[in-house]
Amino acid sequence: MPLVKNGQIATDIFFHAADGAELPGDGPVLVTAARFLEDPEALLKRAGKVGVIWPNNRDVDDLVPYLDRLALIALVFPTFRDGRAYSQARLLRERHGYEGELRATGQVLRDQFTFMLRAGFDAFDVKKQADAEAFGEAARRYTVFYQPTGDGRLSALHRRSQLRSSESARQ
Amino acid sequence: MTSPLEQKIKITGPSVVTANRTADGVVIWRTGTSGWSTDLADAAIVRTSDDARKLLAEAVGDDVGAVASYIAPVEIRDGKVLPGNLRERIRVKGLTIELLPVPA
Amino acid sequence: MYAYDELDRTLLNERVSEFRDQVKRRLSGELTEDEFKILRLQNGVYLQLHAYMFRVAIPYGTLSSKQLRQLAHVARRYDRGYGHFTTRQNIQYNWIKLSELPDALADLAEVGIHAMQTSGNNTRNVTSDQWAGVAPGEVDDPRIWSELLRQYTTLHPEFSFLPRKFKIAITASAHDRAAIKIHDIGLRLYKNDEGELGFEVMVGGGLGRTPFIAKTIKQFVHRRDILSYVEAIMRVYNQYGRRDNIYKARIKILVHELGIDKFAKEVDEEWQHLRDSALVVEDSAIEEIRSRFSYPKYEKLPHMPDQLKQAAHDPLFERWRKNSVFTHKVQGYSIVTISLKPVGAPPGDATADQMDALADLAEKYSFGEIRVGHEQNLALPHVAKRDLPALWKALDKIGLATPNVNLVSDIIACPGLDYCSLANARSIPIAQELTRRFANHETANLIGRLHINISGCINACGHHHVGHIGILGVEKNGEEFYQITIGGRADEQAQMGTLIGPAVPYAEVADVVEDIVEAYLALRDSKEELFIDTVKRLGVEPFKERVYATR
Repeated sequence: MPLVKNGQIATDIFFHAADGAELPGDGPVLVTAARFLEDPEALLKRAGKVGVIWPNNRDVDDLVPYLDRLALIALVFPTFRDGRAYSQARLLRERHGYEGELRATGQVLRDQFTFMLRAGFDAFDVKKQADAEAFGEAARRYTVFYQPTGDGRLSALHRRSQLRSSESARQ
Repeated sequence: MTSPLEQKIKITGPSVVTANRTADGVVIWRTGTSGWSTDLADAAIVRTSDDARKLLAEAVGDDVGAVASYIAPVEIRDGKVLPGNLRERIRVKGLTIELLPVPA
Repeated sequence: MYAYDELDRTLLNERVSEFRDQVKRRLSGELTEDEFKILRLQNGVYLQLHAYMFRVAIPYGTLSSKQLRQLAHVARRYDRGYGHFTTRQNIQYNWIKLSELPDALADLAEVGIHAMQTSGNNTRNVTSDQWAGVAPGEVDDPRIWSELLRQYTTLHPEFSFLPRKFKIAITASAHDRAAIKIHDIGLRLYKNDEGELGFEVMVGGGLGRTPFIAKTIKQFVHRRDILSYVEAIMRVYNQYGRRDNIYKARIKILVHELGIDKFAKEVDEEWQHLRDSALVVEDSAIEEIRSRFSYPKYEKLPHMPDQLKQAAHDPLFERWRKNSVFTHKVQGYSIVTISLKPVGAPPGDATADQMDALADLAEKYSFGEIRVGHEQNLALPHVAKRDLPALWKALDKIGLATPNVNLVSDIIACPGLDYCSLANARSIPIAQELTRRFANHETANLIGRLHINISGCINACGHHHVGHIGILGVEKNGEEFYQITIGGRADEQAQMGTLIGPAVPYAEVADVVEDIVEAYLALRDSKEELFIDTVKRLGVEPFKERVYATR
């Protein structure tokens, strides 16, 4: 399952640790929420980066105390039709200011890339190789957006009001 | 005519597998030679739930050619295969209603 | 209507191009049906019994003549020469080919028409009052706010994969013609005691297996807060709506299970974070949208023009005028309802030729504007009274002047088993038979306002729960049977109808309806007491007795 990061296919530097397994050395590790919450402080003390997989039926509030020390949060789309992770992503980015890697995992398909980017995801565990290769094209498909999200792009309403004020400024 | 979208696979008489053609939505039936036909007369007839399951699985495997495959009952009368309920009669014969007149 | 600007057009074209690519990938096998299904639903493409069905959005039920002509073109070029207007102010085509859909969408995009989110678990067409902007007594044109919400909900990245579909409706009149109380979010636009414009927000209405009337979650939301407040509602729903069972996935279930107070509290908590965000609606943004709506330059016209006085001698014209013509907020003008319920025809259908002819008539007599109502009729919203006789003659020629608006033969029906793969029974032939039984206009007028709603299955697309007489098709041992309810209503006094007895077979439905009507005529306390009021006064029993006495 190719990982797309920063718009390109990339190697996943995170070791996916099974729940019982020992954590290898100082490299970046990705653990489940259950394991993380057993002893978050201990985990975060390690030299290497820590990432957590957060289930989509759990409030992200429980992660808030650790956001500034987490390098990666992986959210889950059990099927692409289950859109709860979009809300989780926006809350993490826009409400809680999370700045680490926010990865979409599960059934991640090309036709949801734009939505995911707008919700704040910046890494994608893509199901199909062809979709990963088409990431750039898919991400550029839309240039007009009706709603403001945390992605910094202006909504159409705001673009229009900008046009209006620049017009009236010229008068 | 409980919508077949809620069906379990258990047949009570001769049955066929039917679907819609992907590109244009036309009604089709699974034949005995791993294909599809727009004529009910060409449909493969199954008489056991096992055979029905097998035929359906084969049909569902053709995801490019057909959508929404399901098992439908038929009636066999005088050697002719006829649709087995009102829903299937409508799929074979079309609307039961008169429409507004449109130019040919 | 709303004139698209460069940004709206760009979005639409980007969407069409994306769907063209998705269809290509589906037909080549790169996308499985499982992956494609929701993508096509998000573009309004269903699979029905015989063919694909294509549902095109008519935002808040407003069309220009140019747009109506393009709908006619699609009917001719890609379908079988007719279209069906729905209970959500949309139009449906029943025979479209998937392979031709991208072209049909491109043709529609040329006139600013789209099919985005007319299906799928997202926010559907924001519907409103088909008399919006011309009905007397409105505090503002609800279509302005519908357009604001349309844009806000279109391709919303967070809310495109909800637990289930989501429907919003807006009214600005005391008399609710938009059925807001049976919507997931119902908005009533009004001015509070301080004279500020805002909304009463209701949530959790809906029909189907578990019908509910919407409950007020907040009595007054200031207009500047409407988007942030809706976002709060939707975020709570997206996160907590049930996803384990599609029959329990609508917001009405969440509201019911939490209780309106707890639900309101959850929404309010979320809203506190959102209320001063980029979602604040500036008055200037609203004025921008308003400026893109075209309003007629009405003439100063007399209340009773000569043409009308002269035509009053024609009993056929008068019959139509009294039935189909309604008061406009501007003197000298009228709102004309175009009945799509002629005797023997499928309710809500129009041919491509009729659409073209109506587009021409709209240009001539209604400033080029047409409306679509949720009761599956059309309307010409700005007709000068002096033009009514000429308009009537022209409408009559093309079969669009049946004087049965709001009467017993003005039936709302879903497509039913003739078309729909979800159906248990047919609905259209029932409607057609009823129009034949009640074809006599004198009789229909004697009976008075009576709304019959027919659904072919529990999904209730015909809104049978809220019909004065509601008819629901069910299946019993392979045969079509129908449950009959009476006393429902969809307006500001919305309520569900009550079952009058056991389901009756297909062949008896029309007889039962005749018996109900006969019972009403015998029981009403005056000619002025409407059917719905007689039911309210007497309850279901007297009707039940008469209908089931011999059954």
